[in-house]
Amino acid sequence: MAEKLLEIKNLKTSFRIKDDYFAAVDDVSLNVNKNEVLAIVGESGCGKSALAFSIMGLHTRAKMEGDILYKGENIVGISPSKLNKLRGKHMGMIFQDPLTALNPLMIIGDQIGEALLLHNKEMSKTQRKEKVIDLLNKVGIPRPEYVYEQFPHELSGGMRQRVVIATAIANEPELLIADEPTTALDVTIQSQILDLIKDLKDDMNSGIVLITHDLGVVAEMADRVAVMYAGEIVEIAEVTELFEEPLHPYTRSLFNSVPNASEEQDRLHVIQGIVPSLQNLPRTGCRFAPRIPWIDESAHEAHPELHEVKPGHFVRCTCYKHFRFPEEVGKEEEHHGVS
Amino acid sequence: MWKFSVRRILIMIPQLFVLSLLIFVLAKMMPGDALSGQIDPNIDPARIEELRIEMGWYDPWHEQYARWVGGVMQGDFGMSFRFKMPVTELIGQRIVNSFWLSVATLILTYLIAIPLGITSGRYNDTFRDQLITGYSYVGFATPLFIFALVMLWVFGFQLQWFPTSGSVEPGMEPGTFDYFMSKFYHLLLPALSMALITTFNTILYLRNEIIDTKQKDFILLARSKGASESRVYNQHIFRNSLLPIAAFFGFEITGLIGGSIFIENIFGYPGMGQLLIESISLRDFSVVTATTLLFGIASILGALISDIILSLVDPRIRIK
Repeated sequence: MAEKLLEIKNLKTSFRIKDDYFAAVDDVSLNVNKNEVLAIVGESGCGKSALAFSIMGLHTRAKMEGDILYKGENIVGISPSKLNKLRGKHMGMIFQDPLTALNPLMIIGDQIGEALLLHNKEMSKTQRKEKVIDLLNKVGIPRPEYVYEQFPHELSGGMRQRVVIATAIANEPELLIADEPTTALDVTIQSQILDLIKDLKDDMNSGIVLITHDLGVVAEMADRVAVMYAGEIVEIAEVTELFEEPLHPYTRSLFNSVPNASEEQDRLHVIQGIVPSLQNLPRTGCRFAPRIPWIDESAHEAHPELHEVKPGHFVRCTCYKHFRFPEEVGKEEEHHGVS
Repeated sequence: MWKFSVRRILIMIPQLFVLSLLIFVLAKMMPGDALSGQIDPNIDPARIEELRIEMGWYDPWHEQYARWVGGVMQGDFGMSFRFKMPVTELIGQRIVNSFWLSVATLILTYLIAIPLGITSGRYNDTFRDQLITGYSYVGFATPLFIFALVMLWVFGFQLQWFPTSGSVEPGMEPGTFDYFMSKFYHLLLPALSMALITTFNTILYLRNEIIDTKQKDFILLARSKGASESRVYNQHIFRNSLLPIAAFFGFEITGLIGGSIFIENIFGYPGMGQLLIESISLRDFSVVTATTLLFGIASILGALISDIILSLVDPRIRIK
């Protein structure tokens, strides 16, 4: 049995909009094991980043309920000083947009060095500099001594993301949270950054939570995948299992939306509608139901729960049993007509 | 850094030229001259005309301009008709008074604005913040000359905490400690009145800047490194938020000049602003051009100082 690093139980993160609280992460339970990459996928606005920020305790004005256990210690409602001892040392985070993730007024060396300084007071200045240059080397930055003295605006986006990664891994954290680490980068840089994260994982045996909406990235990186929709987890499975047999209508729709280069397509497959905004989320029944209106209402559960269909493969709501794409429905009818 | 400063200083030369030209032409366009109102009515008008010709009043304007600029370069602004003394000498003491008034105002402005702006931005939408922004909006809407009059009336006449005019107690020996203290004492009320009004810009600006910086990604990164709240503010938020304040420093000086004209007149403080208004109403041409030119130079220097400060604190605008 793999060692549990992070255990999230019934996490609910709500934000206040005018006088009400709205949950962006609603009753999410997950584990991340050591030396495992857990991918969280979903459209924009599904609550992926809100979940990542909850784990890192970065929401300053949100209401958090439930438990987030890091090696058994609950970090929901923990004191700021205790949280700061965990952050940066045991947990590191890589951000989405490297162009804005670095302080424009500090040299690169000091920004990475800060992570070391905060958790290792005995380290001397020269030791720290050596370590930073080491880190810059590790993330593949050429001429690290020179880059050490540079300001963020002097580096390209890919280089800045490497600096952000170097900062995140400075203290070799056991848990790394990567919030769409490649979204803002172009494709060639994307694969380099992903390879880098993979290598680092193998080096440090850390658990990684990888947040992305890119299914290609998931296939390449993940061990397990959690699919999020409207703040809930709708499906969770091993990566091969999920790619071979996606069950939930949302997961299937996501896969269906990936354009297929080998097949000629006039139109791309899309999911009808948009992710509802925080205030307009359906709070009862199957949250995905409004976007698959051709499916009979009776197919949905009144209070959808996660069902374990195979060991380790969970799906929310029973509607997956009855789900067909509209094209399939059409074909079947034709078929019935002939026979 | 040096290259940047030198280049920035060289740009000032054409600026100064245009400024002096504008001032001269505008002053020339003022109706009347010093002779029209000042001379004894018994004097023969033909003698006045003679005087005008003697002064060069009818010479082509560019010749007059060249003469004036030539003098200014050597520190000679001509003679004041009213005071019958060289303008340079006349301005000498007043410029020192105005300088100290501006310095005191600037110090007080930042002393009030920075803590209030920081508190208001850091704890935005709390009671404290509402109190500070409320105060700023009221201040924003209050005209400086009304506010200064109220201050003068309350603290000068009613409470008699401060002197109501002048820049120093008469009969003090210059250079002594008492003289210095008296100067400082006379300075305090006008400087405070002006500072209280000029802070509002800075407070609101700083507040918005901090609220804006607070939600930037690099602040999240700093938190995710494990930096404590106070470190996040001191190391990351404040420095980034103070940039625009540094950029505004030059404008602050320009604003001070405008403000000092009111303040010096209301408080009977013998400075450049008071001199300017008096000289305009008496058509003391050489004093008007001299004071306006010096005010203009102060604004240009203010812009220069902001640029240099900004290039020192913000690495992104250092020109290579």
